[in-house]
Amino acid sequence: MSFPVRDFYRSMADRVGRTLADRDLGNKILIQVGSATCEHAAGSQAVAEEFIRHIRASGRKDIVIHRTGCTGRCSREPIVGIQVSGQIPVKYERVNRDLVHRIFTEHIQGSAPVMKHVLDHNPNTKVLPEREFLFCEGSRCQRSEPNLRVRFMAMLEARGIEPHRVNVAAASCLGVCGLADGTPATFVLARPEKVLYRISSDEDLAALLDGHVIKGQVVERLKAQEEPIALEFLERYGDVAFFNRQSRIALRNAGVVDPESLDEFIGFDGFKALADVLTRRDPDWVISELTKARLRGRGGGGFLTGTKWGLARKQADTDRFIICNGDEGDPGAFMDRSMLESDPFNIVEGMIIGGFSIGAQRGFFYIRAEYPLAIKRIQHAIDTCRANGLLGQDIMGSGFDFDLEIRLGAGAFVCGEETALIRSIEGERGQPKVRPPYPTDRGLWGHPTVINNVETFANISAILRYSGDWYARLGTEKSGGTKVFALAGKVRHTGLVEVPMGTTLSRIVNDIGGGVSGGKQLKAIQTGGPAGGFIPASMQGMEVDFEPLQKAGSIMGSGGMIVLSEDDCMVDIAKFYMAFSQEESCGKCTPCREGTTRILEILERITQGKGELEDLDKLHRLSRLCQRTSLCGLGRAAPNPVLSSIKHFREEFLAHIVDKHCPAKKCVALIRYEINAEKCVGCTICARNCPVECITGARKEAHVIDQAACIKCGNCFDVCKFAAIDRV
Amino acid sequence: MSDCRPCTTDNWPELERGYRAMLPEDVLAFIDANRTREHSESMLIATLHMVQGHYGHLGPGHLEAVAQLMQVPLAKVTGVATFYHYFRLQPRGKYLINVCLGTACYVKGAEKIARKLTDELGIRFGETSKDGIFSLESTRCVGTCGLAPVVMIGDEVHGPLTPSQIPNLLEGYLARAAEDLVGESAAEDR
Ligand SMILES: Cc1cc2nc3c(=O)[nH]c(=O)nc-3n(C[C@H](O)[C@H](O)[C@H](O)COP(=O)(O)O)c2cc1C
Ligand code: SF4
Ligand code: SF4
Ligand code: SF4
Ligand code: FES
Ligand code: FES
Repeated sequence: MSFPVRDFYRSMADRVGRTLADRDLGNKILIQVGSATCEHAAGSQAVAEEFIRHIRASGRKDIVIHRTGCTGRCSREPIVGIQVSGQIPVKYERVNRDLVHRIFTEHIQGSAPVMKHVLDHNPNTKVLPEREFLFCEGSRCQRSEPNLRVRFMAMLEARGIEPHRVNVAAASCLGVCGLADGTPATFVLARPEKVLYRISSDEDLAALLDGHVIKGQVVERLKAQEEPIALEFLERYGDVAFFNRQSRIALRNAGVVDPESLDEFIGFDGFKALADVLTRRDPDWVISELTKARLRGRGGGGFLTGTKWGLARKQADTDRFIICNGDEGDPGAFMDRSMLESDPFNIVEGMIIGGFSIGAQRGFFYIRAEYPLAIKRIQHAIDTCRANGLLGQDIMGSGFDFDLEIRLGAGAFVCGEETALIRSIEGERGQPKVRPPYPTDRGLWGHPTVINNVETFANISAILRYSGDWYARLGTEKSGGTKVFALAGKVRHTGLVEVPMGTTLSRIVNDIGGGVSGGKQLKAIQTGGPAGGFIPASMQGMEVDFEPLQKAGSIMGSGGMIVLSEDDCMVDIAKFYMAFSQEESCGKCTPCREGTTRILEILERITQGKGELEDLDKLHRLSRLCQRTSLCGLGRAAPNPVLSSIKHFREEFLAHIVDKHCPAKKCVALIRYEINAEKCVGCTICARNCPVECITGARKEAHVIDQAACIKCGNCFDVCKFAAIDRV
Repeated sequence: MSDCRPCTTDNWPELERGYRAMLPEDVLAFIDANRTREHSESMLIATLHMVQGHYGHLGPGHLEAVAQLMQVPLAKVTGVATFYHYFRLQPRGKYLINVCLGTACYVKGAEKIARKLTDELGIRFGETSKDGIFSLESTRCVGTCGLAPVVMIGDEVHGPLTPSQIPNLLEGYLARAAEDLVGESAAEDR
């Protein structure tokens, strides 16, 4: 018997193995520079050019630049990693041209890292650790024997080993527990050796200390058979708390592989899952693994992906389509962009597996036009796959024909809704249709169609390689695996965060995100964008999953998470979302078109201090009407931000309506700026920055604001260096 | 109505020549290549993207030419072009400034950035500066929320910004525009 797919994969993997061996990166010094929209915005392209100039000038052949996508550490970009074999990679934050010069001369040529600029650097440490142990503190590892990490640290101390030489850190679920069977144990990853240990007792710890730390030898007896899925990611970024507190599956390759290199992707086991699927030739196996995985759609609805694929597969019509929804309309979310830009081949692999499983011949990427780099990278991935027998006719010698193409969105939020999206691909105005029929029955051009979100596809190959049961065990009873959140707003570390389903909001915002920026108080966490709601700070202990979020009046949504502080006015933010929905309503049905307009008018009145008590009832009535009678999800979910803000922040609405007061001092009509004559030194800066010239006063004398003329722009408040202006 | 023009109009070849003259080569090649494909009308949005990519906007003549050459009713082409926010029916300046007014940018003070831009440029949203260099528009999230507040100028994203950085930022683009002008006139001289 011959196995054409297996042979195809083997020869491809062999060829890649040789190419990668020729590049001999293991013996070179690697300079990793991120290349994604956000990194570019932060200046990473200039940084890469500067490094190239330095390498050329030095004449050294053993230093190479390695392009990667984005790790999702937005607020510290551009991030540069210096990787020397046998050492823990060093990452630098906010690198600019000047710093490139220092990194190159001091670190690369002089072997002394520029400590002050190391990512998340603790100012008290003067040298970087030679070695690190990451103790998994995920719930299943903790069950075996708690406090192993603390005991290990005590043992190190007793032996006089300084913490800066051997660093011991707590990590979130490494993603191996679901693979392991037998006795419970705690998984420990040793860097830079990249060895995974299984530890369950004090004797094990002692053996680790004697063998690995003192003698510098791998302790074979304790080595785990399993390999964490994010091994390469942890190898590069495991020492950074922001990263090791996450569990990366969908994002495992982000910031690790070169997004434009098929070889590197294959080097990290890319297309292995597809080869397996095409060898088995059993779509029902794929669907049953996804069902076991309890993978729920990451686009917001949370529909079981296995069920959706099964429905399409059962159709009599064999002309079927599969679509990747990359419209990412939530204004404040960027997970999908980052995945498309940083690991495009992985999404393509998920799409091909989907196409095979539902029996489709063609698939589409629907990507918003605002994402030019994502479009470019996906197009490159599609072209490369086609040239290498991974797309087109007879994929991998399996006899399966399937092709992909990109269709661009054109700036309409409603086109993220599946029926509108289908119409948009058909070249029409993107107006939703009544469901049923669901797209799995009659979708694109009337044929059975499966639509899934980018992140849903990003998880497919991992599930098939590690099994559905493994994936399910990472999450909660109702939904398996992890979820990626785009953390933004008033939080210290903005960026992408991937955590197991069921992780608490507080862990995401405080432990990973570093808490509210500027030392302010947390007020609320917004999830689900314009279709979602607010979770007040008092409920931050809540576990993230579809059901609990819904019960609290919000939704999981696609993963946007905006942190709001005491400076944010809930009425104002509710108004912001309503303005968004009102503008994006496609106008097809009256409750949504008129309802959003009326609700917005009332909110505007309230923020202007013209609200009346009965407005709250009116808001409720209109919201219910809009929710019940709108045709599509946009209209049905549009009132959510309003209802949830009234539910959790009723006093704030009352303050606006009854006291004509905005507690957050945000609503322009309800505040005033006043100069405190005691503090004002008469520097005249405010007067010079006032756009309507309503501040008067002689030099070195207290100034005065003409309240009648003031437009409350806040410029004076921002520019006064003596804190002499009060916002009241 | 216009669906049937090629077979009912005797002067179609002449009309077609006129319409073809309205569009750039790559767009014509794209339309021609799609004509024989199944569901060719579904390429309308992609075609409009290409035309806008070339001219910076979609003029009435462009829409008519696309309708005629793709054999799609003009009403539908216009309907699509007006439905999607990304399509612009008015010409715009050399650099399009898109202020992000998405959630993350909003809570980080995007309104102040927007106000500074209108002040500095002396134009309102939707307008183009007199020298034809800048057009000002707003958008809902360009996907770099971690750098909020951001402004996108042309294809480049800038952030996090404070109002005081705006004048310098605009200066940079003005200088670039001036350089381009010098370059162009030098090329003409040659
Ligand atoms: C107004 C509206 C906007 C939506 N926007 C998106 C979007 O940007 N991305 C997305 O994946 N799903 C979006 N959805 C959900 C899709 O309709 C659909 O449920 C989803 O793409 C299915 O994929 P999944 O099962 O993998 O989640 C939106 C839904 C509505 C009602
Ligand atoms: S609910 Fe709103 S967006 Fe949806 S179809 Fe009706 S008008 Fe259009
Ligand atoms: S708030 Fe603005 S308009 Fe009012 S005084 Fe200050 S600078 Fe002038
Ligand atoms: S900027 Fe402050 S200190 Fe200076 S004149 Fe104005 S209020 Fe007084
Ligand atoms: S809990 Fe330790 S690997 Fe999952
Ligand atoms: S909200 Fe401005 S970039 Fe996302």
